[in-house]
Amino acid sequence: MLIIRTAFKNIIGAGRATWLNIAVLSFVLVIMTAYNGILDGWIEQSRRDTMDWDTGWSQLWQPNYDKYDIFSLPDAHGKTPAQIDDLLKTGMAAPVLVIQASVYPQGRMMNIQLKGIDPEQHILKIPSLSLRSTGGETPVVIGKRMAATTRLKKGDRVMIRWRDRNGIFDAREVRVAAIFETTVGSADTGQMWIALDDLYAMTGMQDEATYIVMQRESLVNANVGGWHFKDNDFLQTDNRMLEQSSRAESLIIFAILLTLALLAVYDTQTLSIFRRQKEIGTYVALGMTPREVTGLFTIEGTTYSLFAAIFGTIWGSPLLYWFTKTGLPMPEAYGDVGMAVGKAMYPAYKLTTITTTILVVIVFSALVSYLPARKIAHQNMVWALKGKIN
Amino acid sequence: MMKQKITISIAGLLLEVLSLSLAAQDGNQMLRKIDRNMSADSRIIESTMIVHGKRNDRTITSKSYTMGTGKAFTEYLSPARERGTKMLKLEKEMWVYSPATDRTIMISGHMLRQSVMGSDLSYEDMMDDRRYEDIYDARVTGSEQVDGRACHLLSLTAKVDDAAYPSQKMWVDSERLIPLRAELYAKSGQMLKQITVGDVKQVEGRWFPMKMTYKDVLKEGKGTEWIIHTITFNQSIPANVFSKASLRK
Repeated sequence: MLIIRTAFKNIIGAGRATWLNIAVLSFVLVIMTAYNGILDGWIEQSRRDTMDWDTGWSQLWQPNYDKYDIFSLPDAHGKTPAQIDDLLKTGMAAPVLVIQASVYPQGRMMNIQLKGIDPEQHILKIPSLSLRSTGGETPVVIGKRMAATTRLKKGDRVMIRWRDRNGIFDAREVRVAAIFETTVGSADTGQMWIALDDLYAMTGMQDEATYIVMQRESLVNANVGGWHFKDNDFLQTDNRMLEQSSRAESLIIFAILLTLALLAVYDTQTLSIFRRQKEIGTYVALGMTPREVTGLFTIEGTTYSLFAAIFGTIWGSPLLYWFTKTGLPMPEAYGDVGMAVGKAMYPAYKLTTITTTILVVIVFSALVSYLPARKIAHQNMVWALKGKIN
Repeated sequence: MMKQKITISIAGLLLEVLSLSLAAQDGNQMLRKIDRNMSADSRIIESTMIVHGKRNDRTITSKSYTMGTGKAFTEYLSPARERGTKMLKLEKEMWVYSPATDRTIMISGHMLRQSVMGSDLSYEDMMDDRRYEDIYDARVTGSEQVDGRACHLLSLTAKVDDAAYPSQKMWVDSERLIPLRAELYAKSGQMLKQITVGDVKQVEGRWFPMKMTYKDVLKEGKGTEWIIHTITFNQSIPANVFSKASLRK
C-alpha cells in the first residue's frame, strides 16, 4: 500500500511529463474505442441489413444452386419440398426463383438476374406488395443501384428478355412499380424482383424455387427433402470475411498508436530512473528491497495508463456519445462494391471491446515501465546512494 | 337450298384444309432445300465481321471451321487486340482462349447471353446451329419482293420444345431457295432479331449468301454485318482442330 501511495505521489509530483503521458495514452484509448465502436456498429448493421434484405435468418437451397457459382443458375430450380408446405403457408418461409434475363434500357442490353418472390411475403424488406399485378401489366421492383445503372425511374417501362424452362426466348415489357433503397448491394445490383406467379407463367417453372428464405422461428435446421440447409452463420460469410479483414486493420492501427504512446512512457521511465538515482539509493537505505523499488517504478508507469483510462472517460465519453448521434458519413460508392453500408456508420460500443482495449494498454504500460526499471534490482546500492547507477 | 349451302361450306373447308396442308408441305420442302444450300457436313470460312457501334465501327476478321452442327472452331485474325483469340464449340459447350491472358474460359450460364466481340450475336446464338427442318414446320403464307427478287413468305413454327426462337418469318428467294430476310420472334410474339442477307453467289454448285446482317431489334444500333470472303464445303478437317489443345496452339 505504501508503494502504491508513494508511486501515486511521485507521478503527481512529476508534473508535465505525467500529464503528457496520460494525455497521449488517453488519446489512444478514445481513438481506439471510437474506431472499434465504428467497426462493431457497422458489422452489426451489416449483419442485420443482410438478413432483412437478402438472406433472411436461414435458407434452403435447391441441390444444384450455389450462390457463389453463377454457372449453377440455369439448373438451379425445382419444386419446393413438401415438408415445408406449412411454413410456406404461414409465411415463415418464402420461395425465391432466380433466372437469368436481359434488360434493354434505352436500347442498351444488360444481363440481369430476375428474382421471383411472393408479393405477400414479409420476411425480406423488398417492397414486394408493389408486385401485385394491375391492369395486365407486369410490375417489377428494383433497387436504387440498379435504377442508377439502367437509368430507370418509377413508372418507366422496359423490355426484358429471358428463356423459359425449355430454353425458348421470350420477351415482354415490364413496368418499374417501385425503387427501393437498401444498404445491401447483393439484393439490388444487377437484379429485378418480379411477382413469383408472373415468373412461373413466364418460365413454366410452376411451384419451383431456387432457394427458400426462412424466418428465425421456422425452426428448420437441417436439409429438407434433398434441399440444402444454410444457417445464418454460413449466410453471413461475406460479412464475416469483411469483419476479419477490418479487425486486422484495426489491430495494426492500434499497434501503431499504442507503440507511439508507450514510447513516451518508456522514455519518461528511463529518464526518471536516471534522474532519481539518489532517491533509489535512499529507498534501499530506508529498508526497501531493490525488487520493491523496481515494483515502485513499474507501478508509477502503470498508473499513467490507469489515469489515462479515467481521463479518457472524462473527455471521451461526451465525444463518443455525440458520435453515436451523428455517425460517420460514408460515400455511396462503398455500397456499390457490395458492402452493406448506409449513408453513415453509427458506432456501437461494446463493454468487452472497451475493457480489452484498456487492459491491453495497462498491461503494455506495465511492461514498458518494468523494462527500464528492472536494472535497479541489479544495482550496487552504495553507488546508487552516491548517484552513480551504471 | 340449305343442303346446297352446307355442301358448299364443307367443300370450302376441305379446300382450305387441303391448301393449308399443301402450303405446309411446300413450306417444309422449301426448308429442306434451304438446308441443302445452307448446311454442309463441314465448312471452312474466312470472313469479316463489322460491328456497327454508336460511335464507331469495329472490323474483325476470322477463320472458322465447322463440322456438322456440333463442332466449330474459330480463330480471330485481326484487329491486333483480338488476334489469336480462339473459340471452340463442342456440342453444348463452348470455350474461349484469350492470348492476352493466356487463359481458356468456358462460356456458360449468363456469359452465353453476352455478345460476341460486341456484336449483335450472342454466344448462344452461335451455339444453336441446327438445320431448319430439324426445328421448324414451315408454311407458305404468301409472296413478296425483297431487293427486287420474288420471294416466298414462310411462317416457321417450332416443332421441338427447345427451339430458341419459337417462330420465324422468312422471305425465301423463290428461284435460289435462300432466305433473303428473316425475323425471329419470342414466345410472346415480340420480334427479337432481324437477319438480312445479300451478295448471294453460287459456291460449289449451291447458292450461298456472302453477306448477312444481324440486328438485335431490342437494341439500338445498325446491327452487325458478316461478310464471307471464302467458303469451302465438305472438306475434310483434321479431328484435332476440334480439341481444347488447339486453342493454345
